[in-house]
Formats: sequence, C-alpha cells, structure tokens
Amino acid sequence: MRVSVVITLKKDVLDPQGKVIHQTLNGMGFDNIDEVRQGKYFEIEIKENDKKKAEEKVENMCKKLLVNLVIEDYKIIGSQ
Amino acid sequence: MNSSVITFPGSNCDRDMEVALKKFGFKNKMVWHNDAELPKSDLVVLPGGFSYGDYLRCGSMASKSKIMKSVINFAKGGGKVMGICNGFQILVESGLLPGVLLRNKYLEFICKNIFVKVNNQDNLYFKNIKKNTLKLHIAHNEGNYFCSKDQIKEIDDNNLIALFYSDEFGNINEENNPNGSVKNIAGIFNKEKNILGMMPHPERMIDPTLSGEDGSVFFTNLINNLR
Repeated sequence: MRVSVVITLKKDVLDPQGKVIHQTLNGMGFDNIDEVRQGKYFEIEIKENDKKKAEEKVENMCKKLLVNLVIEDYKIIGSQ
Repeated sequence: MNSSVITFPGSNCDRDMEVALKKFGFKNKMVWHNDAELPKSDLVVLPGGFSYGDYLRCGSMASKSKIMKSVINFAKGGGKVMGICNGFQILVESGLLPGVLLRNKYLEFICKNIFVKVNNQDNLYFKNIKKNTLKLHIAHNEGNYFCSKDQIKEIDDNNLIALFYSDEFGNINEENNPNGSVKNIAGIFNKEKNILGMMPHPERMIDPTLSGEDGSVFFTNLINNLR
C-alpha cells in the first residue's frame, strides 16, 4: 500500500522560503496571492494491505522521524 | 579529563574540535557514529558539520544514529554533553534540548565573527569565566533558534539561555542578531545544565595568529571547572 503524507510548517512559524517564492510570483505578474507556504511530501510504500494499519504505521513514522512537532504539522492525504 | 568527539558521516569540525580539546589538556577519543558504546568520558562533544547531508532536517538523521542512544543515556545520567553548530541541531532533534533551529531569517549562509554575551555562570561551562562577552565564529544556514510558547516559558523560568548574540560590549539587540533567533539566543542548556548547545564555534578561536583567543578562554575555563 502507498501512503501519502504532506508536512507543512505550523501557522505561527516563519517561512522565509515561502515568502521569497510569494514575492517572486508577484514579480512575475501572479497577483492576488495572499500567502505561500512551502512544505514536504512523502510517498511511503509499505507492505501492509490493511489501510488503517498502514496509516497507523506511517503516523508513527511521522511522530518519530519525519515531522518535528515543534514547528511542523502533518496530514495523511491518501492511501492506495 | 577524558573527552569524546563523535564523528557522523558529514561532520567536518570534528578534527578541529579534537585539536582544541587536546590543546587545553583533554585526552580525547574520536568515536564513530556507528559504534554502540561511548568510551569513559568526562565530556562528550557533538561537532559541527553537515551530518547526513542535512537530509530531512538538520541533525534529524544523526539524532537516531547508533551512538546517540549511548549519548542520550550518558546525558540523562548527568554526563556533560556539548553540541556545537550541527551538534546543537542534533541535540534539539534528539529531544535533549528544547526548541529547533530553522533556516536563517534572510536565507543566507552566514560565515563571520560575532560576539556573544554569557548569560549564565551557574553551570560548569561558564562558571568563573574571565570574559562576559566572547568573540567567536559562526558558520551556518540553519541557526535561527525557535521554540513553542510553552518552551520559551520553560527557558525563561529556569534561566536556560547560555549565550545571546550581542555587540562587543554585550548589548543585546536586533541589530546584532545575525539569523533571526528568538531573543537573540545563540546557545541554551537543559534544565540540569549538563547539556549545552550553541551555534558559535569556540574551537575556531584558539590561535592568536590565525583567529582569536576567546575560544581559548572558554576551553581553559571549561577544563578547570571539570577538574
């Protein structure tokens, strides 16, 4: 089963890279942008056919390594 | 006094640290990250560099390496552990120190001499230190110290800030904050003050002809305090 996870910076954490990307997009003529936040995306292939079990395992991986909970949030966005 | 410097794949200040420790009287051993056991040590140092290529988050992979289990046990038993630069990042990622080190505010790799003010002398690292303001060197991309509101309260309540970025007279202000760190924090302790993490490199300031001597002030004082 493939589990997809998105990791983003928490709302109150400064994202200087996102800010620069925002400014650059503005400079290119893409206006009306309120904010850009940069994040990470993982696809994890796991030998587990039960969706619930697979997601539990990935959640554990997030808490133990993939995510720093001081600054980041994670969301499992799909399993197939 | 016995010290151990841990070498991770990608560490690059490990040998400089050994040179500094030996110069001021430590008997040092280099320890490979894949070893399980720490040699008998009065001080363990996690050196600067780019362990595991800074993959995922700086210090995150190194914090899970084999030797870190022993380092964490050693630290939790009251052993002295000092992390410099990437070593500081490894200490926060392993949960031994609060907070996290983010990308520098202006997205630049900063490599320059700076001044830090010693905040706190009630610990073995800075007790009786002869200078309150030290000229040290920083070289980092992720030195922007950040922590949650609860953690900042814990830091304030227990006086855990070790060093502030300052000017040469010890004035702490935004102008002398090179990387955007909360409260100009350059280094912090754990509650028991046996663990120190800091971004500046004292090992680069131990030779008057090449650099400066404020690192010598730090190491001389440290070994005297440990004896």
